[in-house]
Amino acid sequence: MKSAVIVFPGSNCDRDMAVALTKITGQKPIMVWHQEHDFEAVDFIALPGGFSYGDYLRCGAMSARSHVMKEVIKRANAGVPTLGVCNGFQILTETGVLPGALMRNSGLHFVCKDVELTVERQDTIFTSGYAQGRNITVPVAHHDGNYFADTNTLDQLEGDGQIAFKYASDINGAQRRIAGITNKAGNVLGMMPHPERMIEAPLGGSDGRIIFESVMNRLG
Amino acid sequence: MTKIDDTVITPEIVAEHGLSEEEYARIVTAMGREPNYTELGIYSVMWSEHCSYKSSRFHLKKLPTEAPWVICGPGENAGVIDIGDGQAAIFKMESHNHPSYIEPYQGAATGVGGILRDVFTMGARPVANMNALRFGEPDHAKTKHLLSGVVAGIGGYGNCVGVPTVGGETNFDASYNGNILVNAMTVGIADTDKIFYCAAAGVGNPVVYVGSKTGRDGIHGATMASTEFTEDTEEKRPTVQVGDPFTEKLLIEACLELMATDAIIAIQDMGAAGLTSSSVEMASKGGVGFELNLDHVPQREKDMTPYEMCLSESQERMLMVLKPGREDMAKAIFEKWELDFAVIGEITDTGKLTLTFGGEIVGDMPIASLVEDAPEYERPFVYTPKRAVVSVPAPDDINKAVTDLLGGPHLCSRRWIWEQYDHMVLADTVQRPGGDAAVVRVHGTEKALAISTDVTPRYCFADPYEGGKQAVAETWRNLTAVGAKPLAITNCLNFGNPERPDIMGQFVGCLEGMGDACRALDYPIVSGNVSLYNETNGSGILPTPAIGGVGVMADSSKMATVAFKAEGHSILLVGETKDELGMSLYQREIMGDESGLPPSVDLLLERKNGDFVRRLIENSTLDTCHDLSDGGLIAALADMAMASGIGATVDVGTALPLHTALFSETQARYLLAVDAEAAERIQSEAIAAGVLVTKLGETGGNRVRVNGGAVDLSLTDLTEAHEGWLPTFMANAS
Repeated sequence: MKSAVIVFPGSNCDRDMAVALTKITGQKPIMVWHQEHDFEAVDFIALPGGFSYGDYLRCGAMSARSHVMKEVIKRANAGVPTLGVCNGFQILTETGVLPGALMRNSGLHFVCKDVELTVERQDTIFTSGYAQGRNITVPVAHHDGNYFADTNTLDQLEGDGQIAFKYASDINGAQRRIAGITNKAGNVLGMMPHPERMIEAPLGGSDGRIIFESVMNRLG
Repeated sequence: MTKIDDTVITPEIVAEHGLSEEEYARIVTAMGREPNYTELGIYSVMWSEHCSYKSSRFHLKKLPTEAPWVICGPGENAGVIDIGDGQAAIFKMESHNHPSYIEPYQGAATGVGGILRDVFTMGARPVANMNALRFGEPDHAKTKHLLSGVVAGIGGYGNCVGVPTVGGETNFDASYNGNILVNAMTVGIADTDKIFYCAAAGVGNPVVYVGSKTGRDGIHGATMASTEFTEDTEEKRPTVQVGDPFTEKLLIEACLELMATDAIIAIQDMGAAGLTSSSVEMASKGGVGFELNLDHVPQREKDMTPYEMCLSESQERMLMVLKPGREDMAKAIFEKWELDFAVIGEITDTGKLTLTFGGEIVGDMPIASLVEDAPEYERPFVYTPKRAVVSVPAPDDINKAVTDLLGGPHLCSRRWIWEQYDHMVLADTVQRPGGDAAVVRVHGTEKALAISTDVTPRYCFADPYEGGKQAVAETWRNLTAVGAKPLAITNCLNFGNPERPDIMGQFVGCLEGMGDACRALDYPIVSGNVSLYNETNGSGILPTPAIGGVGVMADSSKMATVAFKAEGHSILLVGETKDELGMSLYQREIMGDESGLPPSVDLLLERKNGDFVRRLIENSTLDTCHDLSDGGLIAALADMAMASGIGATVDVGTALPLHTALFSETQARYLLAVDAEAAERIQSEAIAAGVLVTKLGETGGNRVRVNGGAVDLSLTDLTEAHEGWLPTFMANAS
């Protein structure tokens, strides 16, 4: 599986994402700088966590308008599996590829800890490796992970099965405890928890690994 | 010349710059004339306590700084040690006390930013941040506000730059009510053949400014850090700098990218005293002169004077000397990262710092005099009088005493703090906050670094010599308890006013103790920082020589942690418990008494017991270990139980009164938990090694029980008290 990691000024989980992809897929991803207009064809695109543009204006707002995102949006809409983690999720909502917004945590503090997630859908390309009804543990590290959308959008997300992960208990005030959602087509996943930080026992577990493995299996 | 530089130097202006009459006379002698206003400003910061170490240098020289694995000791931006395989660990700890009291968020944030720059300046990628924090008593009006702001500031900066904050320590004491301590430490990793120093070289080579633009923030920060606090401290808010971690992140990446080429001759961050101190230091180390054209300094504000540009402490700036002809290549890298890049001068052979502005020379000072002529004081001191041994009585209710200690401000869980820090970014944190030491893998290898910050200020106050020893020994023990070989330390020496002989006596005593411990443990000091004048209205802080220890382990999969691993494991105590309740946490918190002698530190025993424990971890016999410190044996036992959710039943005998056996803070002790077969093996190996190991009991159940129920506590209740104190306390924080 050939992948790309998009790098913005202020991205800081780009290396972690690249390491995870290399370990799991056996192939080093290409690192794509935000000023690129185009990049070579890949099977998978990752938007990593961090503080792109220092979170100035709004988290992800400036990155959403970068050159490279025009290309990422085009490919995501054309069906390329695309994962946005943390700041990557914020960027995807700012582009409108995913609905809703990520607001300041209800507790107002940055929160970094392992959280339990319920896997809401086992039939997406990102979650097919999880056993039915299984809860997983993946860390979060964010100040703005409080998912918000209006009631109609939330109902529609539930109705269309776009909610991939929910927090098992409230950690940031997110509406309906939403931790991760997909687009309607199911090829774009945005999530606040960091699967790339949970890929081997020394880091506390390997529940995050399955997301990458699921995509890899689907792509064959 | 601008208007302000025509200011006539009066005795009042000299005094405002924190210089004594005698010091001013020295400046006039060194220059052969009266300085102008800009030059006076530059001398005042270079000769400030903060930059010149004028009260401490004489004593610092006596500390041990060498070992075969030390690549670079004190004097550079940070210390460098060899960790094998062509790699080096680069680290330092620094204080940002006064700014953090005035403006806790920015003060703490820029403290983190400054120490990060000290480390990546030398070519290292920062891989871990630590801190040592001290606040006033919990019910003091400012404590919540300061704690809340400092933690948010440390997190705000570290989280954004993407360097994990992996641990630290937080204490409360009334002596910090008006003068908190914020000590930040960074550890980085570099290749041993790619380490950068600050000595400038090559007459005619370009001097390059990179990073943020210069503004009017932080002017006189170094001078402020060198005076006591008074009632008008609030008015000093404009001297606190404002940090931008986003720019710092770009600066790290741009510098490391340029460092991968061969363009850099010397590099130095602009820290305290900004452009002045960085250029003087680079020129002084290289034995050359600098000519700087201040018109070329990137400026954030209009109409800045030379005085302001030279003394600004705007953050996220670096100064470099490049090889000739490499400017364009370097500039392209910094432009890619959207950072300012300006050639602002060149190296000369004059031995002077020459400043031009608007076509005129506005400053011309001999470099050597700025550095070497700085006064060095051998301040008078009196040693702290030796205290008598005291007897500390038993509590009325020992179960309540244990719960109160573990569920009180001093031993409660610090989770509320470290969950606000991204402690996992870079995905190499294999031991998270809450254990004896943080452990981060050396990226891409099996090796790992262990890091711990420690000091027990109440010991240092009661007996500076033993307290200094204990601070060093405790970091050594914490690194050992996770299985690392302790290699070297950095320190942050926080004391009161050195012009008071009793305070200077604390300083001298602590340093003597630290020096002896470093020598006995082969554990040299490779970097550090001194913060004096930590006083408000004449009342000094407890002497607080914070120590940051760094160790290495060859295989991080063999690391030990605090949590019990299974029921039915044997619990072993390494070391002997003595009647050492003087200055213990129990004595202070439960009995409300702070008298007597703190525990003494037997350095030979410390080393023998520690080496024994480390070998057990290295040969995979042991994976559960906790050092004994504040709160004694019962605190360590409870920690291990709470971390695992597995209870324990132990018998500590009757040779000592129960409260002494449980709360004594005798040094050089560890608790281990292993299966029965390994326990027997360890006990027989201990006899051969001459180490005292006693089996106390077994893990299991959901209670912590001692001596047949003399102490009997529900693990659930204990955990609730332990985890609950800080969140409850902070619930109404501003």
